[in-house]
Amino acid sequence: MKLNPKDYAHMVSRASPPSPVMRDCLWAFFVGGGICLLGEVLRRFFLAWYDPAMAGTLTSIALIGLSAVCTVPGWYQKLAAKAGAGTLVPITGFANSVVSPAMEFKAEGWVTGVGARIFGIAGPVIAYGTAASAVWGLLYWLVGKVG
Amino acid sequence: MVLRRRDTLLFETPPVIAAWAAAGGKKESEGPLASGFACLTQQADFSGEGCKNWEQAESLLQRKAADACLRKAGISKKEIDLAFAGDLQAQCTASNYTMRGLGMPFAGVYGACSTMAETLGLAACFAATGMARQVLAMTSSHFCAAERQFRTPLEYGAKRTPTAQWTATAAGACLLRGPGQQGVPVRSVTFGRVQDYQVRDINNMGAAMMPAAAATLLRYFTATHTAPTDFDAIFTGDLGEVGSALLREQMEKEGVPLPNHRDCGCLLYDTAAQNVQAGGSGAGCSAAVLCAHILPKLQTGAYRRVLFAATGALMSQTTFLQGESIPSIAHCVELGGGDRQ
Repeated sequence: MKLNPKDYAHMVSRASPPSPVMRDCLWAFFVGGGICLLGEVLRRFFLAWYDPAMAGTLTSIALIGLSAVCTVPGWYQKLAAKAGAGTLVPITGFANSVVSPAMEFKAEGWVTGVGARIFGIAGPVIAYGTAASAVWGLLYWLVGKVG
Repeated sequence: MVLRRRDTLLFETPPVIAAWAAAGGKKESEGPLASGFACLTQQADFSGEGCKNWEQAESLLQRKAADACLRKAGISKKEIDLAFAGDLQAQCTASNYTMRGLGMPFAGVYGACSTMAETLGLAACFAATGMARQVLAMTSSHFCAAERQFRTPLEYGAKRTPTAQWTATAAGACLLRGPGQQGVPVRSVTFGRVQDYQVRDINNMGAAMMPAAAATLLRYFTATHTAPTDFDAIFTGDLGEVGSALLREQMEKEGVPLPNHRDCGCLLYDTAAQNVQAGGSGAGCSAAVLCAHILPKLQTGAYRRVLFAATGALMSQTTFLQGESIPSIAHCVELGGGDRQ
């Protein structure tokens, strides 16, 4: 066949339609921004009763809860199919990444399914997030010693 | 009598596909081939029929295709001498559990999305030589079972790239009989060789599989001294829009243009309207197009002679994560009674 992997890579990239970047970005911007706006509305609401730190915590809890509830009937997935990073980046995306495998792998049992697979997607974020915070903490401590 | 011409097995007295049936889900029922399905469901989880998970649902879907095929052939499952079946689930469990219920002699086959052509080819060899009188060839795929195995959980919010393909929730079953009986003749079978042109993008399977389709078709044409225009249509399985465009480009380069090329992945769905990105895929995709579109048209005489070349990507989730490229294969089955229209 008149084909080699190098030429084929060029052929494939020419033939493959690119993602509609502008449209994807607008969706991500408005949906992601909308989720953040909702967060701010919730925070203001909680500020009426609580101090800023507590209001912030309650806002996160509310968004996580809302995302989990929207994940179950498939609404979050439907929105994410259009919004992409707009639904992935906010804390709601993290909640969706935990709830969706929990739902999916319930068929394999509570321990070997849900328990074992629940952090299948979020696990790397948790692992490397924890590792990064440890490194950052060490740097912070060292800078404090020197300074 | 079977003649061997390079990789192609020519049946001088061809076996026939005596009966066939396709089963599908909701998206397939909304597609352009809906009227050709023997069985369509709006509830592909089959929870109303006792299925507790997607794997059981796929198995039941395959069973429905098998039952419809046997019904059309007017025979019972006891009369089947051998069944070739496979699917996308690890260890081909959809087929294994379907066969648990059917209880017939069974040889499991894995060819990813090429499974329909592979089972059909094997069944044709057995039927042509009299090693089995009535042979079943079938396969299935289920969007939900495949997604959770190969990609992410169904409710996980992720965007699909424009080159991604949609795994069909569909099954197809064909009953083959020996030469001289009523049905659509199987003229030849060409089992493919594995090709790998270093495509690593799991969201661009059409591109990964195109070289396999081109290689098998070229081998077939050389072995049989035929040209694409000798056929009413040349069907590839599941290259989708990207892979199809690449195949046409490559075949032009080889000096064997394919003016009558059709792809099962582009036929099963209305790619512009059904949100399937580059088209359909999955073992059930080419199986359903074969049983809901190609064979009925061969039966009515709308097609006289076609090639059915289903393609399969042979990676696993493990090899993909290990950074391996995607090997692929295509098996080609020649169908029909004689010269093209």
